[in-house]
Amino acid sequence: MPNKAAANAAIEETKGLGMKLPILGAAVLAAAMTLAAGHLTAQAPPLDDSEKEIERYRQMLSDPFSNPGFLAVDRGEVLWSEKRGTKSASLEACDLGEGPGKLDGAFAKLPRYFADADRVMDTEQRLLWCMDKLQGLDTKDVLARRFSGPGRASDLEDLTAFIANKSSGMKIEPQLKHAKELEMAAVGEELFYRRGGVMDFSCATCHADEGKRIRLQGLPNLSVPGPAAQATMASWPTYRVSQSALRTMQHRLWDCYRQQRWPVPDYGSDALTALTMFLQKQAAGGEIAVPSIKR
Amino acid sequence: MTRLPFITLALASLLAGAAAQAQDKPSQATIDSYVKATFGKASPEWQARITPDESLAACNLHRNAVPSAEADAIIKRELAKVGFPADGKLLGNWKEGYKVANNGRGGQFSDPPGTVAGGNCFACHQLDPKEVSYGTLGPSLAAYGKDRKYDPDAIKEAYTKIYNSMAVVPCSNMPRFGTNKVLDEQQIKDVLAYLFDPESPVNK
Repeated sequence: MPNKAAANAAIEETKGLGMKLPILGAAVLAAAMTLAAGHLTAQAPPLDDSEKEIERYRQMLSDPFSNPGFLAVDRGEVLWSEKRGTKSASLEACDLGEGPGKLDGAFAKLPRYFADADRVMDTEQRLLWCMDKLQGLDTKDVLARRFSGPGRASDLEDLTAFIANKSSGMKIEPQLKHAKELEMAAVGEELFYRRGGVMDFSCATCHADEGKRIRLQGLPNLSVPGPAAQATMASWPTYRVSQSALRTMQHRLWDCYRQQRWPVPDYGSDALTALTMFLQKQAAGGEIAVPSIKR
Repeated sequence: MTRLPFITLALASLLAGAAAQAQDKPSQATIDSYVKATFGKASPEWQARITPDESLAACNLHRNAVPSAEADAIIKRELAKVGFPADGKLLGNWKEGYKVANNGRGGQFSDPPGTVAGGNCFACHQLDPKEVSYGTLGPSLAAYGKDRKYDPDAIKEAYTKIYNSMAVVPCSNMPRFGTNKVLDEQQIKDVLAYLFDPESPVNK
């Protein structure tokens, strides 16, 4: 793995070590720290060097052979058309908001309101809905594998990677028309500032100011709309090198709440969708490039 | 005659504006229902951790920018929650204090039961100037004791701040380590020694 580029890519992660930090993760972290330390002490490299490095990183992002996240995209594509469940149906008739089976640009507009469910759903929630209604699939098993691990693939991660990739190159377009979409965004903003847990932390504790770090890890200011929020939201799902896994926003928020010392958030539940909706609002117009690759 | 519809229109748009405002700020009950949907399955002990007390509820309501009367009430309320050592000795062992400052474990749902929590001070503060891996969410505390000439009043204020940050700064971003039982009294004394012992790397 090109560790240096991966370390550069780790723009908005907190420094929380993975739950079972593998040796590779530690090595990457060490590389990240060395790099960041270099930035602190050494003179800034000439601009053309940085630009070369960024260009190399960009190329790696778009190169399916360098980013293992694209393996998840491929697995997701197979799962999408595979007949499964008691109805022996594929997901190809699943409506992700743009019409049954229409994938191009659908992710850029999620979460959004779905009339058939009468609720706002993100990608993963909608997939679970389609698995249940269209396929008659046992979603208990799917939910048990919501986060992949060694020897355990996650249908939700793979499918979300596949679907999100169909919006790569498009701009984030938050859907804020239906009253329930507006409520989601408004509650998401309140939740962003809601403090709790033994440390009294909220999202805003770390993500409401410019140029802050936790240890050496830079923290994007997500309290204002603009480039930081765009860069963050436009780069999920991502391949996490330290976890050797593709992760979606569901995992990112789960991990944020872990580090906030909050209880385990329920997968695919309303507060997470609300936060995602708020963050998409902050990130409106950001150009999606996924799956990305990060520390 | 032509004015009337104009006024009606203006009124209508004002009302629409008011409706949009109402949409912008959801009720506390609505927010709480979202919290319940996502965290409702957690144990009562975990639920209690995210049920804001009176001070935190005020901080949440005002996004930490509380009005001055509320700020005074918070300081008074939180000061009453600070426990001082019975023997009056505030400084422990700086070497142990370093370990507490450098330990980021504890309080996470992934922590095994019985995990000893740290203060994770380096996550947000510079302390030992030789340590390059420090955060900037809080101010630099390098040379903290030395700069304050090891003044007993400064030691007492720092003890209070670590025990309960809001007893000093209302709605401070810093955890209330003692009051929320993240750190015990000995750990706080050790961290205080890390800040105030002349032999501590913080003051070198």
